[in-house]
Amino acid sequence: MPCDIVVCVKQVPHPDYLDKISLDPVKGTIDRGRVPAVINPGDRNALEEALRIRERFSGRVVVLTMGPPQARRALEEALAMDADAAIHLCDPAFAGADTLATAQALAYGICKLEHFDLVLCGNATIDSGTGQVALQLAEFLDLPCVTDAEELTFEDERSLLVKRMWERGYIRARIKLPAVIAVSNKINQPRLPTILGIMAATQKEIKNWNAADIDADASCVGLNGSPTQVYEVGEFHAARRGEILQGLPEEVVTLAIDRLVKLEML
Amino acid sequence: MNSEVKVESRVWVWVEHHDEELAKVSLGLLGKAHKLCQELGGGEVASVLVGADSQQLVAELIDYGSDKVYLADAPSLSLFETERCAHLMTKLIQSYQPEIVLWDATSLGRETAARVAAKLGTGLTAHCIDLYIEEVRGNYQLVAVVAGWGGNMILKNICPQRRPQMATVKPGIFPPLEPGKRNGEVIPVKVEGEASRLDIVEVVEKREEAVSLEEAEVVVAGGWGLSSLGGFQAVEELAQVLGGSVAGTRPAVDAGWIPAERMIGQSGKTVTPQLLVTLGVSGAAQFATAVLSSKLILAVDKNPQAPIFEMADIGIVGDLQDVLPLLINKLRAIKGEV
Repeated sequence: MPCDIVVCVKQVPHPDYLDKISLDPVKGTIDRGRVPAVINPGDRNALEEALRIRERFSGRVVVLTMGPPQARRALEEALAMDADAAIHLCDPAFAGADTLATAQALAYGICKLEHFDLVLCGNATIDSGTGQVALQLAEFLDLPCVTDAEELTFEDERSLLVKRMWERGYIRARIKLPAVIAVSNKINQPRLPTILGIMAATQKEIKNWNAADIDADASCVGLNGSPTQVYEVGEFHAARRGEILQGLPEEVVTLAIDRLVKLEML
Repeated sequence: MNSEVKVESRVWVWVEHHDEELAKVSLGLLGKAHKLCQELGGGEVASVLVGADSQQLVAELIDYGSDKVYLADAPSLSLFETERCAHLMTKLIQSYQPEIVLWDATSLGRETAARVAAKLGTGLTAHCIDLYIEEVRGNYQLVAVVAGWGGNMILKNICPQRRPQMATVKPGIFPPLEPGKRNGEVIPVKVEGEASRLDIVEVVEKREEAVSLEEAEVVVAGGWGLSSLGGFQAVEELAQVLGGSVAGTRPAVDAGWIPAERMIGQSGKTVTPQLLVTLGVSGAAQFATAVLSSKLILAVDKNPQAPIFEMADIGIVGDLQDVLPLLINKLRAIKGEV
């Protein structure tokens, strides 16, 4: 039996350049400068896992994103990695979404699909990193969900054993399809797009769906559907500068230890 | 105090516990809940305690500042079943309508919290590094402070319309109250037997370390600057002398010097030791936000311009190859004397 999989991806700033993001001092908004955008690293693990499941059971892998027009690049990259089709939820009405409104829009989009067995997501994004969207998506779709998945083992076509990490170790749990699973970045090593893949991707269709296409209730998506608001943004400054000791190593080490002793730290 | 603030406004804490022990992080949340109530001008702090044999933990929760404990002591209910926990918590919140609900941003806590937020259609700010009450546009709001964009940006979130206001908090950020004999009320909660769609087959705990990084009193953290020493050996030595735990920055993890479980940073662990010693750590924002609550920071780095010196209480500018052996030897001599 084929397994049709939806992979949710988000376009994020390249992780190596996060420190190049700054605050526009005039507008007070985040200035991404010329930081290149990529598929969120954890979402690439989700896509890789989907492609491996497809190799075993057949089925279609559809990549879904919500984002501004430039997020199309992320879908092109996913198609080059060998996804079958892509859907871009793109509408000014989706802008300004917090996790709840994002999950809601993704849920509307997924409900428009003819059929799916499994939704895979990355565990968290590197830009905001809440790790909430997969769970909230599952709530809106009324599906079982597990996050932090480090290993997926199919017992049969409809039942999965999931190794799910937590602070003190892991649990093994059984989950029946359809389900939403967020995977850890340790689950696999994502493939790189091949030249053939990149060429094939140009032949694949990227569907653009706006709010009307997915019958989204305008009060539930974007800024309107977001209960949380960013009320202030600032650059991080740690302000506790103490004493800086410079000089001969022997002397500064002795001084530092002296301070620690006086402060009863030893 | 503003007259608009309702005295009965309450702050709730979802309690995490394992192996018949309360998680230290949850006790810290109770401390913060108290502070928020004060800022709101009064009101009670309540804990929500769920799971088998949880009854015996009630007294400790009260001693650490719970005015009320909602207790769902049911052998069948485990914190791992976040779907059932969320169902129960949603109903409790709907019945009693707290203004603020706090959760530890642990693996299980954030799962339950995210589900409850979706069920209630309310806001949830994740991985907060600070919380306080402030008057925003004429109303008292919970301001939830998070480090975003790799820790470079500080974002302050509010949830102006919907209730409750909810936040998950980076574990270990807030200190607990001094425990004392306090009075509290226990409210038993009935657990209904609705089915879980996650069938838990086994729970495995890896007991690799006696003290977790989050709970360590002394932490010695190494960064990329250690490349001149070819790795972490000296860090481990210093940690041993100080009786502390070893940690590292992302570059140190990427270099393979230390396992990812020991990474401090925005995407790693948050530490709150009495003493943090950093060796060859430049102090990028993603590291800084995760060590803010350390009582004392001693930093060693050769670059006097490194941001770590902006946040260190004592900074030593120098080459690790010179400084570190001296530091280890002198500390060993002192520790040996004691």
